[in-house]
Amino acid sequence: MFEDVIYLDNAAATRLDERVLEAMEPYFFDLYAVATSQFGYSVGIDARDALEDARTRIAARLGAEPDEFIFTSGSAESTNLALKGVARAVGKKGGHIVVSSVEDFPVLHSARTLQKQGFEVTKVGVDETGRIDLDRLADIVTPETTIVSVQSANQEIGTLQDLEAIGAICRENGVLFHTDATQSFTRVPLDVRELPVDLVTVAAHTIHGPKGIGGLYIRDGTPIQKWMDGGFQEFNLRPGVENIPGAVGFAKAVELVTPEETARLKNLRDRLIDRLLAISHTRLNGHPEHRLPQNANISFRFVEGESLLLHLDMRGFAVSTGSACFSRSLEASHVILAIGGDHERAHGSVRFTFGRFNTEEDVDAVSEAVADVVKELRRISPLGKDRS
Amino acid sequence: MPLPYSEIVMEHFRNPQNVGQIEDADAEATEGSPACGDMVAVYLKVDEETKEIQDIKFESYGCASNIATGSIITDLAKGKTLDEAKQITWQEASEALGGLPSIKTHCSVLAVDALRAAIQNYEERHGLVTEREPTTVKLVRKRLKRVMNPMVGLDLIRTDLVEEIDVSDGVVTVDISLPEDHQFASNIRHEILEKLEHRWDVEDVVINFVGGEG
Repeated sequence: MFEDVIYLDNAAATRLDERVLEAMEPYFFDLYAVATSQFGYSVGIDARDALEDARTRIAARLGAEPDEFIFTSGSAESTNLALKGVARAVGKKGGHIVVSSVEDFPVLHSARTLQKQGFEVTKVGVDETGRIDLDRLADIVTPETTIVSVQSANQEIGTLQDLEAIGAICRENGVLFHTDATQSFTRVPLDVRELPVDLVTVAAHTIHGPKGIGGLYIRDGTPIQKWMDGGFQEFNLRPGVENIPGAVGFAKAVELVTPEETARLKNLRDRLIDRLLAISHTRLNGHPEHRLPQNANISFRFVEGESLLLHLDMRGFAVSTGSACFSRSLEASHVILAIGGDHERAHGSVRFTFGRFNTEEDVDAVSEAVADVVKELRRISPLGKDRS
Repeated sequence: MPLPYSEIVMEHFRNPQNVGQIEDADAEATEGSPACGDMVAVYLKVDEETKEIQDIKFESYGCASNIATGSIITDLAKGKTLDEAKQITWQEASEALGGLPSIKTHCSVLAVDALRAAIQNYEERHGLVTEREPTTVKLVRKRLKRVMNPMVGLDLIRTDLVEEIDVSDGVVTVDISLPEDHQFASNIRHEILEKLEHRWDVEDVVINFVGGEG
């Protein structure tokens, strides 16, 4: 049944690549032992070698040393550890945390928790394309700031941040810099040898890897304290039996993402944006150039996103919307509101995100369906009737 | 498809009944705003003699439960007298739809509100209101509390968009602190007019957009 669905919500989750599953399989049935020390039994040593090999390969993609990368259960955990772990290590008596207003919930809610514990939190706004206000950031960050957390790419509107410039501001003040790269990892190059960044959140679920595995790059020497108690795994930063099949799958998923593939997704994205902007009363949310190669986010005026999404679902398309009606909290997208959009723009926003298994035919089919549904919903809408 | 909506809701969502506007409607009302994410307009054509609803149409900007409720409530009201139609409740609409998710109550209540407001609008236009309460600044304020500020989902009064209200010799003047060319200016104007212009003692409603900032 799922085969009939044209899936365009790859920012939320992706279909596992068969080659990833193949790579993982031995670690369920043959090499299922826990990773032991080098003095343990041999199947445990084999398991450990697989884990370390996966770590080395993923770290290399970031330009990092293997011992600068730990595995976690995913990006939410990585980000929690980055912010809370650094806060605990550096700012025991409180401190100052700076985040952007368009971060995903792990950053925003970790900051909120730390605020309750006595940290001062400053949210830096963004311009209408979703890029952070660098002048304001430079004003806010002082040598007393504990950590700055600004995402690499936005989860909804796909805007890429100027990490170089943000990192430079942090370096000038000797402040730690974390970036949530969940959406951009492997699709947009990030090399920690060149970029002044100290912590990077990554995950497998956005790149056709398994769910439940992610990682955190931690630059050598970064003060960070574990906050979950248990064994000494992951350089004594993340206790628990290692998810070796997950780690192996993650490494395979990373290897399978190529610049050629990313260029292909970018073409699909641009084709879709062209088609959809041809519909009247539409606009692209996010930055026209500095945006994720696989993300298109369009607002359709006079229609509400949940209705649009349901109609598309009935026609076999899976997309996402920033409408309040669709969200569990019934709150409109904080991202669209942060870029200066009103509630109507948020309610009418639809996110399309591409992955490996999407084709040009998908783009053509979805643009046709969207045009059709928008027309129908506008017919029954009381809004915009005076439009020509 | 594991949706939170019943099959009847989905049927009305897919093929909503009584959609559109009525030319020369005898009454109309709009409830909600784009900011809340839901907005419903109801139009009535009423037999002057029997007070039966001959035709009823609705328009919806909203989610599936909003559209479905608009569809069912217009079905239920058609052919009824105004007094009968006034009695239609949200529970009745919800039952007729095979139940609605509780989280969507707000979106669906709006359609019921719009039907009642349209009936009230008819009664005001046709002098059927028995209690002839004079239109005062206080009453205007009360009515404006039902016009939403589309930017934030709260009403015009609570969001301080109403700068001045004046009522004298049957002329109601309302100053709104938004620019004339604001994207929602015409929606707001329309909703204010609808809520005031048919009152028995109102001759004219003047709406001024006096704000500078967009």
